[in-house]
Amino acid sequence: MAEKIELLEMKSITKRFPGVLACDSVDLELRSGEVLALLGENGAGKSTLMNILYGLYKQDSGQIFINGCEVTVGSPLDAFKLGIGMVHQHFMLVPNLTVTENVALGLCHDRTFSLDLEKVRYRVMDVSRKHGLAVNPDAQIWQLSVGEQQRVELVKALALGANLLIMDEPTAALTPQEADELLDLLREMARSECSVIFISHKLNEVRRVSDRVTVLRSGKMVYTGPTQELSDSELADRMAGRELRDFSRRVYKPLDENIALSVVDVHAKGDMGFNALNGVSFDVHKGEIFGIAGVSGNGQRELAETINGLRRVQSGNILLDYWNITNQTPLQIIERGMGYIPENRIHEGTIPSFSVRENLILKEYDTPRLSHKGFLNREKTRRFASDLVFNFDIKTPDIETPCASLSGGNIQKVILAREIERSPKVLIAVYPIRGLDLGATENIHKELLKITESGTAVLLISEELDELLSFCDRIAVIYEGRIMKTLWARDTNKQELGLLMAGILTPEPAQKEFEEERA
Amino acid sequence: MKKSTIAIYNFSVVAIALLIALLMGAVLFLIAGGNPILAYHVMFTEPLKGAFGISEMLVRAAPLMLVAVGVAISFRSGILNIGGEGQILIGAVAGAFIALSFPNVPKYLLIPMVFITAFAGGALWGGLAGWLKAYLGVNEILSTVMLNYIATQIYTYLLRAPLIDPQELAYGTGIAQTAQISQNAWLARLIPGMRLHTGLIYASLIAVAAYLMLWKTTLGYRMRACGAEPLAARYAGMNVRRYLVLAMLLAGGMAGLAGGVELCGVHRRALEALSAGYGFSGIVVALFGGLHPLGIIPASALFGLLIVGADMMQRAPDVTIPAHIILAIQGLIILAVVSCRIFLTHRGIRERILGYFSRHKED
Ligand SMILES: Nc1ncnc2c1ncn2[C@@H]1O[C@H](COP(=O)(O)OP(=O)(O)OP(=O)(O)O)[C@@H](O)[C@H]1O
Ligand SMILES: [Mg+2]
Repeated sequence: MAEKIELLEMKSITKRFPGVLACDSVDLELRSGEVLALLGENGAGKSTLMNILYGLYKQDSGQIFINGCEVTVGSPLDAFKLGIGMVHQHFMLVPNLTVTENVALGLCHDRTFSLDLEKVRYRVMDVSRKHGLAVNPDAQIWQLSVGEQQRVELVKALALGANLLIMDEPTAALTPQEADELLDLLREMARSECSVIFISHKLNEVRRVSDRVTVLRSGKMVYTGPTQELSDSELADRMAGRELRDFSRRVYKPLDENIALSVVDVHAKGDMGFNALNGVSFDVHKGEIFGIAGVSGNGQRELAETINGLRRVQSGNILLDYWNITNQTPLQIIERGMGYIPENRIHEGTIPSFSVRENLILKEYDTPRLSHKGFLNREKTRRFASDLVFNFDIKTPDIETPCASLSGGNIQKVILAREIERSPKVLIAVYPIRGLDLGATENIHKELLKITESGTAVLLISEELDELLSFCDRIAVIYEGRIMKTLWARDTNKQELGLLMAGILTPEPAQKEFEEERA
Repeated sequence: MKKSTIAIYNFSVVAIALLIALLMGAVLFLIAGGNPILAYHVMFTEPLKGAFGISEMLVRAAPLMLVAVGVAISFRSGILNIGGEGQILIGAVAGAFIALSFPNVPKYLLIPMVFITAFAGGALWGGLAGWLKAYLGVNEILSTVMLNYIATQIYTYLLRAPLIDPQELAYGTGIAQTAQISQNAWLARLIPGMRLHTGLIYASLIAVAAYLMLWKTTLGYRMRACGAEPLAARYAGMNVRRYLVLAMLLAGGMAGLAGGVELCGVHRRALEALSAGYGFSGIVVALFGGLHPLGIIPASALFGLLIVGADMMQRAPDVTIPAHIILAIQGLIILAVVSCRIFLTHRGIRERILGYFSRHKED
């Protein structure tokens, strides 16, 4: 095991990418037993700085000291030897291997030839039991939801015995309960003299867990100090350099009588062959924002995929603008006016090796707007992409940069820009603000509100109860592939939703209402 | 970082890879008991000394280019075509059948007919592997290699029995080859007395067309999307399976055309060993050309040079190295080029290397 990290110092770290200065002479300091929150807008350089510490990137200049001695972290293997572990913003697991095998991949550095999977499996179960992180050691990664994969990453880092843990937006994909547990876990680790660097865009989490914060803006360190010293709005100011408001509020208005999306008693199977959707029904009206609340893994992903023709409907019907789209091809459904922001933004929502321009035209390339007789019009695609980059404030050196080299939040903006720009009749948005900073969240919400004005219905699948409550007209709670109940957002509250999400129906009156609705 | 810096960097990496392969080849020459410097000298300069050498080099370049463009299309679409050999043979024999059946059709009709059939034959053979992959999940490397064997057997059978040259039977020599095809199916020669034929021009045009197809059309956009990230392609409403099959149809068809070029441009009949390893060499050319149709044009000329040079080296009086060693060198080049891809695609490595050089410039 590595020597304990009493003091970590990064001194005037500078890192330049083609066209961007990602870190500009950044200093960072961390003592054992401390939780440091690293804050900053999308593209501020947080992940880059951490990747340097973890040996994935090499800084152009600057040094790293551990306990006063200069160290070179040339690779993640070096980091592992120094006792540095990292949970990445985008999971780095091998899809075709099991959880145990993925953990073993990290372990097999020192014992190249003997690999005792049984032991590793035991270690995984041990860690997951000790920290209350439910993972099935024998599940293959591709079968897991994003939230579950994030958990596996965590178990992996813990099983490898890191004593400095870097967490790059670990809570972005977790349910509120899971996030709570994780934060407790981090606090507990800090008590046992580990140190943690924690990246998040959620200030309440930062406040709960961290002792100190360091704020980056456009690659420069603009603030570092104790967390309590600044209020939320002061922190937000530091990050953005401007004032920010809370979640946009939905103004109440009666529902339009036209139904944009109607889901009728839909049954569908999950990846593992079990029933993931057991008779889901709801209507989304024109111009409505309809929320689906639920703990991830209760059928949300399957619901979104079935509506978009990416998963077979076993029985039941789906109508888009009164048109039956049940089991039609994805293309037919897109052409009928469906928009979709998928959960898996790296591999499903974008093509990482394609440029930002090529990603932005992914759904429009075959229309007269961008092509003519099968030939893409370069000039038009450029203008199209530049406009979107400008309107949605996507931070990229230019439109020909591969999407893979954008920061996490900016990749998300590419997808959002593409889908919102089409003003579809119905937009299925799965965790749309995951990983976005406050400014970008506000911006996206504004855009969503704008398209509902013009009649688009939005199906918002989210775990952020605050977002759902302030932003939706109605909210349906999904539990084990069934809609528990549909509520008006203005008539409900977090407690009620929380109970429903746990599968608990409040006694008599509500029960009756639920029965009526199902009948 | 400037685009030009990156271009220079990429070029240097590939050049160094080639150099390393040639150095390792030199060791082989030494083992074979030859003088590597002399051998390489003959190999790279002899063909360029006269019109004959250049013509021969370009004769080899034409089929290489066609196969390689097909490989690039398939690779960009997420499937690798190792079946060039078989597709060449099927294309050639299909073309020969048409040419032998309609000897009196005028030239301007017969040549297109032969090439369309050759394309269709190769496409069928490649498409089969594509279909197996798309709908039954059969690994294309296995299926294309196996289809090569089947194609070779069918080809040999056809040349030995149904399509054999009647004269071979009459004289009892029994060489497995078809009769000479009608003059109406011959590709014109470009230089009197040399074998260089118009096939090279057609191949280059096809390479340019393939470039335009892949990067300027919606079809190419879809094919590349399916290859780069099938999940996202499906999400965007593309039928990923269909494009896998299409990619293999095109790749096979290109190899089939290579067979047609050899048939009408070089041999003027279908004979054994007509594919001459172009199906495999084409993969090397494609990789060497950066899997880009426009990079493949010069790459195929270079490999044409290697093949002809090796031939001349064997015949040079004081070298005494067998020409087949070129196969080993090709293998080394594949290894070198494939291994150097990490330097081309991994941004971190590129930055470190360029950073190293720029620091040293400042010193
Ligand atoms: N591999 C790379 N190649 C080129 N540019 C990169 C690369 N990685 C990051 N960048 C650029 O560096 C800047 C900082 O990115 P980084 O990923 O560190 O942001 P971040 O603070 O983690 O943002 P987010 O909150 O969106 O995850 C961005 O402008 C990004 O486009
Ligand atoms: Mg990041």
